[in-house]
Amino acid sequence: MNLVLVEHADGVATDVSLQALALAEGLGGDLHALLIGQGGAQAAQGVPAAVAHVAEHDALDVFAPDAWAAIVCGLAERIGATAIVAPGSERATDAMARAAVRLGEPLAANCTAVTPGDPIALTRVRWGGSLLEEARLHAGRALLTVAPHAVAPVGPGSPGSIETFTPELAEADLVVRVRDRVAPPEGGVSLADAKVVVSGGRGVGSAEGFAAIEELASLLGGAVGCSRAVTMSGWRPHTDQVGQTGNKIAPEIYIACGVSGATQHIAGCKGAKRILAVNTDPEAPIMSVADYAVVGDLHEVLPAISAELRARGR
Amino acid sequence: MRILVCVKRVPMTGGRIVLTEDEQAIETKHLGFAISPHEECGVEEAVRLVEQHGGESVVLTLGPADAEEQLRDAMAIGVDRGLHLVTNGEEWDPEATAGAIVEAITADEAASGPFDLIFFGNESADSGGFQVGLRTAYALGRPCATGLKSVTVDGGAARCEQEVGGGRDVYELPLPAVVTVLEGLNLPRYPSVPGRMRAGRKPLDATTPTRPASRLERARLVVPEGDSKQAEVLGRGPDAAAAVVDLLRQIGVAS
Repeated sequence: MNLVLVEHADGVATDVSLQALALAEGLGGDLHALLIGQGGAQAAQGVPAAVAHVAEHDALDVFAPDAWAAIVCGLAERIGATAIVAPGSERATDAMARAAVRLGEPLAANCTAVTPGDPIALTRVRWGGSLLEEARLHAGRALLTVAPHAVAPVGPGSPGSIETFTPELAEADLVVRVRDRVAPPEGGVSLADAKVVVSGGRGVGSAEGFAAIEELASLLGGAVGCSRAVTMSGWRPHTDQVGQTGNKIAPEIYIACGVSGATQHIAGCKGAKRILAVNTDPEAPIMSVADYAVVGDLHEVLPAISAELRARGR
Repeated sequence: MRILVCVKRVPMTGGRIVLTEDEQAIETKHLGFAISPHEECGVEEAVRLVEQHGGESVVLTLGPADAEEQLRDAMAIGVDRGLHLVTNGEEWDPEATAGAIVEAITADEAASGPFDLIFFGNESADSGGFQVGLRTAYALGRPCATGLKSVTVDGGAARCEQEVGGGRDVYELPLPAVVTVLEGLNLPRYPSVPGRMRAGRKPLDATTPTRPASRLERARLVVPEGDSKQAEVLGRGPDAAAAVVDLLRQIGVAS
């Protein structure tokens, strides 16, 4: 029997958690789910598992990663789970790494496929998804996280039963916890939610050169992105960066201007439904991941697109 | 204060990843190397904190002899000295890496006193295990917060900020502590020429740890399929504007 850590928001299991459940199904055996904190009981009702365990404790109103790890380990031992699976989100990954140390086990992060056995055979992502690793996990209890958006989620369902419990938490497990929250800045379209992202790379040439990109993004109600080369040159803030070490985006269309297409950048934009590359170099690596291309200088092409949009909008 | 920053040497992969014939590694014959991006920000932050509070900064890496290049890079922007855990180039898994780092930290602290803060990258650019910092923190019995975009030290505590859903969650860690950071924490400076000259003369201690067997055993690497397509060229130069707007209207993002 295997245990899946299910994250939830607004009383519903997150998409990446339903993907983790799907990967865990591939290991065979019954699935138990664990939901932690406020809203867990409500979210548990929509989780297709033999048993959904809900951990409730006054201290769990805010995220406390060591407490999460203690709960995961305690429940896994109590129910005799042979594998523990979690989504590869920031919080679940953090808690799983702590659980792995507590249990004295390895952790395989960001898996995309598993084959049961001893050892478990698995595939996991490297380089933000630009490379895959096939590996064997030699562990007493297998701990895995699942790469987000790499596995189809389980369908809707409900648990065989819901069991609520109050975990025992040590003072030491609550030292690291969220003490305060800074609200997101107001206004603007966020890169994560934008339907259109217009982005610039080294080819933009300067901070001022982004005016043409901002203009097109604004006309399309989209957001402005950039490559790592741009951030490192100080032309745009890191919050605009798309890539393995920046934002991962999934717009309807990604318009990449003067972006060469390094693997580190593609790792952030491959979730886009379509990619349009504007580049002077028809041989640039971006051309082999883009769906559409305009070969030309972005400083001439973008103003022409903006002008055309304005002309037709009248 | 005493600050340690742990870094990893990784290849700069450019536009396309090519594997060695045995599919065990990336072909790096024609590639340059750098400090993994998150850790580059860790180095900058360590230098800034010592500039602000005084004390000593130390950079540590576990990697092949050539990884001295990354230690010197860190020293060129201001880190005081280096610790090199020299490997034969074979990959070490996260458990083994953390084990060797803990041993090196324990030895350095026995000689020079405790580190108030230890920086790691949240995950390495190449293997992406997301755990070496946490494993080290647990072994040392120190609190750890991960994925940070801001770290400020005030008295005996570090205020740490983590980006969550657009906003930020704030943690307060009593020192000594371990933090894992993300790119965007700061904008790392470029080393100056005098900085590079000084870096060559800064102390660097090398030790050669023994690699234990890996419990996460790599079988082979695979470049994912389906990445390669040929873009449909909508046009050349500004004359392509009409075709682009047609496309934008067709997919419903322009009126």
